[in-house]
Amino acid sequence: MKLYYDLHIHSCLSPCGDDDMLPSNIVGMAMLKGLDVIAVTDHCSCKNCPAVKALAENYGIVALFGMELTTSEEVHVLCLFDELEKAMSFGEYVSTKYLPVQNEPEIFGRQQIADEDDNIIGEEQTLLINATQIDFDEVFDLCERYGGVMIPAHIDKNANSLLANLGFIPNDSKFTCVELKHKGYYEELCKKHPYLKKCNVISDSDAHYLGDINERIHYIEAAERTAKSVISALKGKNI
Amino acid sequence: MTVKELIDSGLFGVINEGENPDCEVTKVYACDLLSFAMSKAVSGSAWFTVMGNMNTIAVAVLTECSCIILCEGAALDETGLQKAQQQGVTVLKTALPIFEAALLLHEKLK
Repeated sequence: MKLYYDLHIHSCLSPCGDDDMLPSNIVGMAMLKGLDVIAVTDHCSCKNCPAVKALAENYGIVALFGMELTTSEEVHVLCLFDELEKAMSFGEYVSTKYLPVQNEPEIFGRQQIADEDDNIIGEEQTLLINATQIDFDEVFDLCERYGGVMIPAHIDKNANSLLANLGFIPNDSKFTCVELKHKGYYEELCKKHPYLKKCNVISDSDAHYLGDINERIHYIEAAERTAKSVISALKGKNI
Repeated sequence: MTVKELIDSGLFGVINEGENPDCEVTKVYACDLLSFAMSKAVSGSAWFTVMGNMNTIAVAVLTECSCIILCEGAALDETGLQKAQQQGVTVLKTALPIFEAALLLHEKLK
């Protein structure tokens, strides 16, 4: 079945995310736009995922859980999980690999943790847009260990992307899905990087503002309307 | 040399003239990883990089860089430009590679 998705949305936990990006607003907007499956992927933290889970269940939307990890090379990678607990454990591990730099909210923006009723229940102190001490070549095994999937983010962008920051796809790569800002670049990129031919390609909004969340445009073919099926689809070649 | 004098020298093109024309350009700093620049760039540095996004601007504010020079023809994206305007950060540009651009300013600062 076709499931319309947006698997890269920032909430108010990301310093660059708009303060209106409360989990309730994101899930509500996703429902208005007719999306079937979403993922809130803040920089290096899953702490707004519990609220997303509660809201998505209420609204009948499928949610994946995870984050947009920044590797030591400052490559952005979506790390997605079918269950909240897996994502939270992964998030715990990532937090042990943070660089010890504090956020300065007036410069970078606030990093707010919200519950499903729009209460701000905490504020992350460590600067989340910073690099972590996790190398790109560690990410695949790390995601596997926690039961998730890694997706190099917006690889066609000229900053914080696999192709911009590393410049190439390492020979020993094992990932099977990539995110493109513009799917139209896929054929061209495949010529330069044949590895991509064996990858699924998704395209997300990377929204930092409510209005930017994807319309009902991009879909995944999944066996069932469940998080588990979506993760399987991302790993297999059937998008 | 002040930021104003650097702009007037015409060495580099101007993307955004900030609110710090009298700020002294004290040092040349070159790096593309924000996580390094964040802890290594010293106050007053002219920062040479190819990273032109809003986080570059934020790190420049944090470290009190006198200006950013985007090299290799790298562009400042739209949100980066808005942030630079809001925060009054001077952003310059050049088609030169980072080393050559930095060396050019280094010679001027001698």
